Amino acid sequence: MTATQFGITQYNDKVVRQFALMTVVWGVVGMLVGVIIAAQLLLPELNFDLPWLTYSRLRPLHTNAVIFAFGGSAIFATSYYIVQRTCHTRLFSDRLAAFTFWGWQTIIVLAAISLPMGWTTGKEYAELEWPIDLLIAVVWVAYAIVFLGTLVKRKVQHIYVANWFFAAFIITVAVLHIVNSAEIPVTLTKSYSAYAGVVDAMVQWWYGHNAVGFFLTAAFLGMMYYFIPKQAGRPIYSYRLSIVHFWSLISIYMWAGPHHLHYTTLPDWAQTLGMVFSLMLLAPSWGGMINGIMTLSGAWHKLRTDPILKFLIVSLSFYGMSTFEGPMMSIKTVNALSHYTDWTIGHVHSGALGWVAMVSVGSLYMLIPRLYGRTEMWSTKLIDVHFWVFTIGIVLYVASMWIAGVTQGLMWRATNPDGTLTYTFVEALKATYPYYAVRLLGGTMVLGGMFIMVYNVAKTVGAGKAADVAIPAPAHA
Amino acid sequence: MSAATLGILRGVATLLAMIAFTAVVVWAWSRRRRDTFDAAAKLPLEEDPS
Repeated sequence: MTATQFGITQYNDKVVRQFALMTVVWGVVGMLVGVIIAAQLLLPELNFDLPWLTYSRLRPLHTNAVIFAFGGSAIFATSYYIVQRTCHTRLFSDRLAAFTFWGWQTIIVLAAISLPMGWTTGKEYAELEWPIDLLIAVVWVAYAIVFLGTLVKRKVQHIYVANWFFAAFIITVAVLHIVNSAEIPVTLTKSYSAYAGVVDAMVQWWYGHNAVGFFLTAAFLGMMYYFIPKQAGRPIYSYRLSIVHFWSLISIYMWAGPHHLHYTTLPDWAQTLGMVFSLMLLAPSWGGMINGIMTLSGAWHKLRTDPILKFLIVSLSFYGMSTFEGPMMSIKTVNALSHYTDWTIGHVHSGALGWVAMVSVGSLYMLIPRLYGRTEMWSTKLIDVHFWVFTIGIVLYVASMWIAGVTQGLMWRATNPDGTLTYTFVEALKATYPYYAVRLLGGTMVLGGMFIMVYNVAKTVGAGKAADVAIPAPAHA
Repeated sequence: MSAATLGILRGVATLLAMIAFTAVVVWAWSRRRRDTFDAAAKLPLEEDPS
């Protein structure tokens, strides 16, 4: 079947292109802010005594930019691409899809203004104030309508597993965002949570950990289940395992939040429940990881020559490492050492850079040439350079934070025979100082890798042409 | 709620979760579903018509 001038016989790749390119832009911006605050921890003078540039205001800007601007745009781009290709149909509504793009970009710009201004709810990963929260809810519902509407009008009988992950992620994030953002506005830029005390904390970390479990995991597993088979040229190792993976992952993640509140005023039974569910998460997480990596069995040689596969497979290795580390850190006695230290920062970045960013970058390197009528990126060599700079940067980052974190944990809890503290706070700070320099180096390498990507993407887009792709004729099945 | 009732409730919840998990596994590995899943697994491998 050939493409006709009627839009209905073609995929809507315009919105995919828009989100894909903005993913690269926001990746650079978010990681740049990360490098700036890493430098500030080394040299506090770098805030230049300006309130807008203080660590306290730039840190939420960094987390929001990398999670919601970079990660979010990557999810929109890939989910819109995957749902159309695996359902043999155009997006449910072009207008609503365009609204999600412009709405999401508006939210990002509003965040970039309001957070440096110091307008914040103070809830981690949910800092944006109530007017922006309302806009997020509207855009998210539009996203749900576009995605689920496309699933409903699919021309293929079965819903591919990647779409299950995306659908669960969209529905869950809607619930999480709306419940956790229940707040009482006082002025245009200030609101107070509708919850009080430990209930507020529990709602916040029910939201917070599911932001990890659904935003940063389920959605990117959707990406993994499509792009790894595609790039490896073979179907997923076990489709059946992917179904068990899906149902067990989403049922267990929901209960893991209390591990963020160990040794607080949260009732003990709730803390233990959070710990037990976190430990159980190891099984579906590793099941998914093994499923992805084993897809390459019989085609391991491709890893030698294909840097995109390297990105995708190493991302799964980091996923495996951080989903082993996470359950361990949720054990109360381990948490007593790790909580509030840089170990947590190391753990988060092994997940966020090693897993989320790497699987996104690998997927984009596959997606972008296809969106511009080409078979591959302008330079495969540069993808390889990006891979190595990125990987070494992440390893430096994570390893330095592990050492810094364990050092802090041990020094903070050391006591003399008479019960007094062995070390002052500043002594622990001094001990971790050199590792902050290593972290800055690692982060700078990761950012450098993103600049290589920008160059490669610009060359690819410049040499290609945005072409519309025809939808295959209805299957005979 | 008494401790005994709470214990029964926990036991029932555990049992229901186990049954749900087993049901998903049995369904996923059932012979009847094999063709559908094999077909679904091939979906990402399709190339765009050019």
